[in-house]
Amino acid sequence: MYKITLKKQLSKDIKLMGIEAEHVVKNAKAGNFVILIPHENGERIPLTIYDWDKKTNVVYIIFQEVGVTTAKLGMLNEGDSIFSIAGPLGKHFHVEKFGNVAIVGGGVGVPAIFPIARALKEAGNNVTSIMGFRTKELIILEKEMESVSNKLLTATNDGSQGQKGLVTDVLQGMINSGPKLDLCVAVGPVIMMKAVAELTRNYNIKTIVSLNALMMDGTGMCGGCRVTIGGKNKFSCVDGPDFDGHQVDFNELTSRLGTFKEEEKASLHHSKIQLVGR
Amino acid sequence: MAKKERLKVRTQEASARVKNFDEVPFGFNEAEAVEEASRCIQCKKPTCIDGCPVNINIKEFVRLIAAKDYQGAIRIIKENNSLPAVCGRVCPQETQCEEKCVMLKTGQPINIGALERYAADWEAANGKIEEVKITPKLDKTGKQISVAIAGSGPAGLTVASELAKMGYKAVIFEALHLAGGVLVYGIPEFRLPKAIVKREVDYLKKLGVEIRTDVLIGKSYTVKDIFEMGYKALFIGVGAGTPSFVNIPGENLKGVYSANEFLTRMNLLKAYLFPEYDTPVKIGKKVAVIGAGNVAMDAARISKRLKGVEEVHIIYRRSDKEMPARHEEIEHAREEGIIFNLLTNPLELVGDENGFVTKIKCIKMELGEPDSSGRRSPKAIPGTEFFIDVNTVIPALGTKANELLTTNVEGLKLNKWGYIEADPETGETSLPGIYAGGDISTGAATVIAAMGAGKKAAKAMDTYLSRE
Repeated sequence: MYKITLKKQLSKDIKLMGIEAEHVVKNAKAGNFVILIPHENGERIPLTIYDWDKKTNVVYIIFQEVGVTTAKLGMLNEGDSIFSIAGPLGKHFHVEKFGNVAIVGGGVGVPAIFPIARALKEAGNNVTSIMGFRTKELIILEKEMESVSNKLLTATNDGSQGQKGLVTDVLQGMINSGPKLDLCVAVGPVIMMKAVAELTRNYNIKTIVSLNALMMDGTGMCGGCRVTIGGKNKFSCVDGPDFDGHQVDFNELTSRLGTFKEEEKASLHHSKIQLVGR
Repeated sequence: MAKKERLKVRTQEASARVKNFDEVPFGFNEAEAVEEASRCIQCKKPTCIDGCPVNINIKEFVRLIAAKDYQGAIRIIKENNSLPAVCGRVCPQETQCEEKCVMLKTGQPINIGALERYAADWEAANGKIEEVKITPKLDKTGKQISVAIAGSGPAGLTVASELAKMGYKAVIFEALHLAGGVLVYGIPEFRLPKAIVKREVDYLKKLGVEIRTDVLIGKSYTVKDIFEMGYKALFIGVGAGTPSFVNIPGENLKGVYSANEFLTRMNLLKAYLFPEYDTPVKIGKKVAVIGAGNVAMDAARISKRLKGVEEVHIIYRRSDKEMPARHEEIEHAREEGIIFNLLTNPLELVGDENGFVTKIKCIKMELGEPDSSGRRSPKAIPGTEFFIDVNTVIPALGTKANELLTTNVEGLKLNKWGYIEADPETGETSLPGIYAGGDISTGAATVIAAMGAGKKAAKAMDTYLSRE
């Protein structure tokens, strides 16, 4: 059992949680994820590590309540404990000095780009972060992202804050105005990562995406998270989660993410859970 | 006396058991155990013991059961085997102790497996778990010497138990949230009830073994961290554990699960109790399992027990003689109505417009000349392609080396398949103080083989630690 030391509502269905887990924190790096189970009969789900504190051994995660497991996690409070948390999992983000870097985060993908932006900035890159949300009320981590970026740009679908439109519109603007980008990183909904990869492919800009495939053990044991990268089968949990965005079969990923759609509905119904904002 | 027939264990009727996850064999009652044990002729040279990878004194424990001294019998077993309730159920006795039983000549070897199970279950039911006296092994500063073990499967549990009994502080690091490794995620409830694994694990805890779940050696703690944390030696028993696929088109369609994924969802996460348990599994009316090993039989027999499943197929490219599963498992599967499509090779998985698998394209095979493995190699018969309708496909084609730990340790020698090179007699690897055993050094094998390796490694580790 692992103690919850902090819980904070960031927007109407997104929460931040701090969990005491020395074994996760000790070797955590940007881009790693955890697999956790909120309670004993629960499901194992992967969540990206948002931040960690080596002094207190607390790992921070940010999640959106999209199903039974995240909803049950969201019901726990400071002082409660979660049943299981394993990590740090996955290959960490490969950090070096690339030069001009654009880091794109959409919605609940923003917490995942935070440690990557920080590490890239610390490594001497010129980091421009682009955050995309549907509307102003849903914006999270604005100050935090500002602190780890040389420049922060925001897009909202309705134009209530920042540029009206999509993150790809902002990225297109950056590409048009220069200077040339040496690296692009994108984390968010599959449709966003696919759009970013399609855009940067035209300009031959190296693009790393972090894939959110369905996972179970997270150790390479089950193969449930298999994705096709450049025509080859890879496991997101151990070969990734970061892959060359220009090589990913996004359509297959989208399809596989829908494997348990019916069961997810049945599970919510069984647990009498009504998701916020859906 | 020796002329009597071997006593078989009673089992649940096939028609009843396909509707539940309860254990299939009931196990002997007392009268049966005594009767079967009394058939043992107590050979001067008990060859059965040579057939046991952990050299249980079989002759003696069987004699004690015949004499109704069950406490004595379990004590003898536990001298060499810390997981008797597990081994009595899942060991392939027919290729080990029972194959060496002199009475095999009459076709009636002693039912050693059922007797081992009887002794273990008797102890659990009668609650007289004997205390083991342990004298702690201390270092120069008076602190107990501690040893780290990566993986809580049969190899790791055995190493931990042996070292704990010798007086070391044994700490097991397990990546999953429950201890037991393949015993909890791989072997189904109806072959090995999870309560039994828990009982055996709890016994180790009584011996002073500490188990830390959710920790991955190589990730949470590097091997270097382990030694810096004060552990004086490390045993790696993380299992083979990465699944092989057929490598045919359509394998990434929805409804296709590796056997590892399917079994873990079912056994570890109890997806068969969804939605009471949160882990789902989507399974349709028709299930096909590709392969014919023990894991394939387990996957097929679990499928048969799921609500809504009407038809379960095994698809195997050779004939029934070559099927690698234990005879007993194949028999149980047949009794339960599993359909065997032998000499049949899958060519392609076909899906619907939503990306779910709907058909397997197969081709008929015939057996040709024996290949390098000595088995007759199958060849496709041209023009015999056909389709099997399916909603779920489970490739059960064995496993490969999981590199999660092994590639993260500098200087650790691996063989060409990626398994750790370890001395089969001592478990020594290319690095001092680091030992390995079980599937991660041999490739996929049996529970008892991993336990045998664990026992040898524990002995070698004790020698190493005493020298240090």
